[in-house]
Amino acid sequence: MNFIEARKLVHEYIRRDENDNVESILTALDEVNLDVKQGEFVAILGHNGSGKSTLAKHLNVLLRPSGGTLWVNGKDAQDAGNIWDIRQSTGMVFQNPDNQIIASVVEEDVAFGPENIGVPTTEIWKRVEKSLKSVGMIQYREHSPNRLSGGQKQRVAIAGVMAMEPKCIVLDEPTAMLDPNGRREVLEAVGQLGKEKGVTVILITHYMEEVIRADRVYVMDNGKVVMQGTPRAIFSQVDTLKSYRLDVPQITLLAYELRKAGVPVPEGILTRQELVEALCQLY
Amino acid sequence: MLRDITIGQYYPADSVIHKLDPRTKLMATMIYILSLFIFRGLAGFAAVTLGLFLVILLSKVPIGYMVKGLKAIVVILLITVIFNLFLTPGETLVSFWKLRITEEGLRNAAFMTVRLIYLILGSSILTLTTTPNQLTDGLEKSLRPLNKIRVPVHEIAMMMSIALRFIPILIEETDKIMKAQLARGADFESGNLVKKAKAMVPLLVPLFISAFRRANDLALAMEARCYNGGDGRTKMKPLKYKGADAAAYLLAAVYFAVVILLRSFM
Repeated sequence: MNFIEARKLVHEYIRRDENDNVESILTALDEVNLDVKQGEFVAILGHNGSGKSTLAKHLNVLLRPSGGTLWVNGKDAQDAGNIWDIRQSTGMVFQNPDNQIIASVVEEDVAFGPENIGVPTTEIWKRVEKSLKSVGMIQYREHSPNRLSGGQKQRVAIAGVMAMEPKCIVLDEPTAMLDPNGRREVLEAVGQLGKEKGVTVILITHYMEEVIRADRVYVMDNGKVVMQGTPRAIFSQVDTLKSYRLDVPQITLLAYELRKAGVPVPEGILTRQELVEALCQLY
Repeated sequence: MLRDITIGQYYPADSVIHKLDPRTKLMATMIYILSLFIFRGLAGFAAVTLGLFLVILLSKVPIGYMVKGLKAIVVILLITVIFNLFLTPGETLVSFWKLRITEEGLRNAAFMTVRLIYLILGSSILTLTTTPNQLTDGLEKSLRPLNKIRVPVHEIAMMMSIALRFIPILIEETDKIMKAQLARGADFESGNLVKKAKAMVPLLVPLFISAFRRANDLALAMEARCYNGGDGRTKMKPLKYKGADAAAYLLAAVYFAVVILLRSFM
């Protein structure tokens, strides 16, 4: 069985008036199917309001499905008894770095998760040290989070999730509020988690550049999964992506325009290096 | 202007007092406050003074720094002095117009002033030598028996520590909103008190909205990290009594006994 399996997952936000009558129903997830294997790096792309954050919150059971089935780590998310097991196996990092740091000292914040699941004190110290090292923040362990930059805070948040030793980590637009430097720091930390620790990574974003390193990409629009495949396969369909209001990475766009203009470069170029090599081979 | 707010001010230093368990310090402060209301006569006063200044010396907090904290209570001090001085009945010392100062009034005023000053000095040692986190941990642990009568001790302690974490963030945010409103022509400075208070509305409304949004995000983030109340939680830095704490308890007990004895025998 896959680590995450969603079948026809539906979530509806129901707005009620004062008399509890249903005023309107917004279908945020519309029969979504999702399969993620243990150790995979999956990216979920989508424009604002595409339902990608709602999907993320389901993977951690912060929201419960209105319909369909969702299995995480072999446990049924519809069953209320599984909530804490699932939350422990699937950690989550949110968008705003300030609003997810609980303690006023970095190391105490990283310890918050392990404390909640009842890890013994000596083990907490080991885990805090290990996870702060893995995101390169160990020298800040006694600092106050208020003095850190956005990228550093977000790495502390990732360390806080890693200290719970989850099998999977879901990042819900972790770079949306960061400057380019912070974005690079966070993405590097995320990339290492997947490669070195064998953790399943699910990255939710609307920046296309961030998903190039993913094993597979899902594209969501209007609550539905509209495309899925490797980054290369997805990015070769420039026109379809544009119709979902997503911007293709500049290099891919350049290669696409070159092709349209008659230069025979291959489809789905992702990096500058690839484009350079393709062009050099031509002439 | 908002940068001046200091809550739970902590004075970092490497002293015996800093290293004590926060529970010990809480208990000692309680005993000290009690003793302030028990002591009587000059001998008692001497004992309390000795105790206070010994602890201040041990804490390595400069005395000038502590005295600064007294500025906040100058008005209260003046009012107490005036009321005690003029309104205590007894043997008249001086009288002019309708006012008279009595001997008892003079004594009362002096003692009340000393009590208030010592109260502030003594309790500020607690906050100056204990980090806010230690303080909440200490409170949580010493108040735990109240759990039995359904006081949500853990939740209150958690709220306190989150509040302390968010004070600087909200101050920063207030600053930001203030600047944004100033840029649009808002005026926070001029006018009388009512006008000034009204000018705060466009500052407070966005601040409240943002605080609620933050609270919502934070609750989600805490749940995502398996926060489920205080049951079954372990601690990264559990409180442990050391030898120095036993000594401190003993000293506090001796001090208390001395104050009581001086009261009954002198």
